[in-house]
Amino acid sequence: MQHTFVAYVEDKPGVLTRVASLFRRLNINIVSLTVGRSERQGASRMTIVSDALPAAGPRIMASLYKLENVIEVDDVGRFSSVSRELALIKVAATPSTRSHLFELVEVFRARVVDLATESMMIEITGTESKIEGLLQVLNESEDRVLEICRTGQMVMRRGHHTSRVLQALGDTESVVGSKAGPFPASESGPQEELSASADGEPENIPADPDFPDKNYR
Amino acid sequence: MKNGDSAILNHPARLTGAEILWATLEGEGVREVFGYPGGAILPAYDALRKFPIRHILVRHEQSAVHMADAYARASGRVGVAVGTSGPGATNMVTGLATAKMDSSPIVVITGQVSSKVLGTDAFQEVDITGITLPVTKHNYLVTRAEDLAPALREAFCIAASGRPGPVLVDVTKDAQQAVAEFDFAAAAPRPARPHPMLNASPERIAQAVELLRASRRPVILAGNGILKSGAMSQVRALAERAQIPVACTLLGLGSFPASHELNLGMMGMHGEFFVNQSIQQADLLIACGMRFDDRVTGSLATYAPQAKKIHIDIDPSEIDKNVHADIALIGDLAAVLDALLPRLPSRDGSAWLKAIRAMKGAESVRDIRNMPDNGHLYAAHVMHDLWHATSGQALISTDVGQHQMWEAQYYKHETPRSLITSGGLGTMGFALPAAIGAKIACPEKEVWAIAGDGGFQMTSPELATIAQEHLDINIAIINNGYLGMVRQWQEAFYDKNYQSTPILSPDFVKLAEAYGIRAAAVRTRGEVSGAVEEARTHQGPFLINFLVEQEDSVYPMVPSGAALHEMIRRPQANPLVETASDT
Ligand SMILES: Cc1cc2nc3c(=O)[nH]c(=O)nc-3n(C[C@H](O)[C@H](O)[C@H](O)COP(=O)(O)OP(=O)(O)OC[C@H]3O[C@@H](n4cnc5c(N)ncnc54)[C@H](O)[C@@H]3O)c2cc1C
Ligand SMILES: Cc1ncc(C[n+]2csc(CCOP(=O)(O)OP(=O)(O)O)c2C)c(N)n1
Ligand SMILES: [Mg+2]
Repeated sequence: MQHTFVAYVEDKPGVLTRVASLFRRLNINIVSLTVGRSERQGASRMTIVSDALPAAGPRIMASLYKLENVIEVDDVGRFSSVSRELALIKVAATPSTRSHLFELVEVFRARVVDLATESMMIEITGTESKIEGLLQVLNESEDRVLEICRTGQMVMRRGHHTSRVLQALGDTESVVGSKAGPFPASESGPQEELSASADGEPENIPADPDFPDKNYR
Repeated sequence: MKNGDSAILNHPARLTGAEILWATLEGEGVREVFGYPGGAILPAYDALRKFPIRHILVRHEQSAVHMADAYARASGRVGVAVGTSGPGATNMVTGLATAKMDSSPIVVITGQVSSKVLGTDAFQEVDITGITLPVTKHNYLVTRAEDLAPALREAFCIAASGRPGPVLVDVTKDAQQAVAEFDFAAAAPRPARPHPMLNASPERIAQAVELLRASRRPVILAGNGILKSGAMSQVRALAERAQIPVACTLLGLGSFPASHELNLGMMGMHGEFFVNQSIQQADLLIACGMRFDDRVTGSLATYAPQAKKIHIDIDPSEIDKNVHADIALIGDLAAVLDALLPRLPSRDGSAWLKAIRAMKGAESVRDIRNMPDNGHLYAAHVMHDLWHATSGQALISTDVGQHQMWEAQYYKHETPRSLITSGGLGTMGFALPAAIGAKIACPEKEVWAIAGDGGFQMTSPELATIAQEHLDINIAIINNGYLGMVRQWQEAFYDKNYQSTPILSPDFVKLAEAYGIRAAAVRTRGEVSGAVEEARTHQGPFLINFLVEQEDSVYPMVPSGAALHEMIRRPQANPLVETASDT
């Protein structure tokens, strides 16, 4: 089954290799992986879609946390979220065969972004299944798909769930057993600055000045 | 700067990268490093004389890493190894993988070609951070002198914290030569946040206590994590207060005193039958810092079928990896047990302990120790007699193979950190360098390296290191003329086709003497204790070549993939092995 994770990672050379190498080591196939800047300075955001056994989620998450450059991981697949992918599709099309493609583009709320004598390029954004839908129709009709370029999925949780809030929610029970190295854990970690209102919805999320905080130990 | 002048640590100064490297190590409390020089690390070696750090020159970089590893296992401090770029660095890979598998905190520093020529296949350039990515906890490529102190300090922190492990710091030659501001305090790593997956909440601990209360046949599985956490007294309190028997993994030996009435001994592939039987019959397993390795569980489908499992481990990726945990307590073992102990119910464990004792009775009758001296020299005798002579108080490193298992069976470890062995990777050649690392860490201890004739030859040049450093280490070679453990598998599963397992060795006594090391050969059981005594009283290193029974096998044994209770028992009628009537 597909597992989807959002990971905030340090924006440094070699971090992508470490993440990719982890999945290789676990013998888990990456279906798609998108990386880009995030709202946090110095941190990139990855959406990783992988194919693994249903029970593998927590172990993948735990293994990601073992990478020193990984700041935060969210198993977003388990929550209500918005997922988008962008695709560019180049289709063979002559002036005589164009018109039904324009209709298709209309139905799928896609866009034509390039038109040449022998081909046209379609841009489509949406869920994975919407893109698959357009491709299927193109393949089933007489059209010849020349090139496909897909970004892979980007996923974001619905609602007021920044990762910082999630952390606050997860930290309401008091747990023991952190084992820091020679350096003691800070006495007022970022979590303690957060206050949760009565209904459990945290409010007042402070900006963390010296983000990223990398060392979970 | 000489002799621990801490001015350098307290007042920021401009130093070369090479000086920053050693100054940072000094600040981290490093007093000894194991290493081997070469071109790309030469600036660092040139600066070493200014610092109060002892350098132990090894004969192969793999050994340097094993020494650092054993240094860490013996002392609990971070071990450090240094090597040059290219072949020096690649030689260290096996050592890193060994340390990674057994969660040993080490920092390995390698020289690298200058940053200007990185990626050009320059002389002795190798992408060591790329190569070691899967066998390190983390690694760094440092190309600027100003990045060196923060990287090294973070490396020490990462190596020792959480689940410990090896960290490699690759330093380009130009970073060693450049000058930068050195401010030790400012280079401290950011304080750690608690791992977001820690979960030992009061509710979960209460659930664990509830399982304990309901249990009639509990067993504690004691692992290496006890030593890493320093949770010896907590585990002991748990066992004693709730009257729970304790079985140890190979790497957990010593974490609970062998002579304690609740100690069952080693579990798993070569554990005693009654120990595995207890686990198979248990209704509750309390796993303390152990990872249910396949040598421990046998076939997973049939493993401890009636038992609920409480798994306490600091690494969340170990939970549900091999064995499903009914209750997982993710966190540092000592801290978790500290929270659990006050809520521990008192139990009467006597019925279960009595049942276990009954299972044990039958086993010990066939134990090889009870065999009369029939002129043969068995490795088991050597281990037993060595244990007896040293009152179980020696610090022992073992290599990999049959002798390693016999040591684990017959040398009863009373104290933590008294057995150093490569469990997870099973690296032959480990014992001799490990003994050196352990002796450097604990000069006051009696240290023995126990190796097979095969594994000993993988790192035997380290005899020269022992001689050069004047180390008082005793060495026992269990010489059976075979790659014994492999021969045993050929005997059991490959129709005795002893393909490539008979192994020729040099005369180990003469070999030792060539290095200026005293040595003796032992052929009968009667000679064992005399030779051991001579080794122990001799000032300086001593090697004993024990010429043991050649085709002896380690019993009992769980064939790989079989169920834990389907062990091959000690044969009754094998003339080479004990029989019940011998007792
Ligand atoms: C030839 C051969 C035969 C072998 N036969 C056997 C055998 O019969 N029986 C046997 O037991 N082994 C055997 N082994 C060893 C086996 O392969 C494993 O290395 C061993 O079982 C692992 O023991 P462990 O799980 O206790 O230690 P490790 O593998 O070191 O695991 C330690 C665990 O503790 C956790 N931990 C670390 N720090 C903490 C902390 N602060 N708090 C909480 N948890 C922590 C870690 O996350 C990890 O999960 C054999 C090896 C060889 C080479
Ligand atoms: C570096 C390495 N190569 C190969 C092996 C596989 N192996 C495991 S035990 C063993 C035999 C060891 O022989 P010896 O050192 O004589 O010890 P014995 O089993 O005879 O006590 C071998 C070859 C290994 N563990 N490590
Ligand atoms: Mg041998």
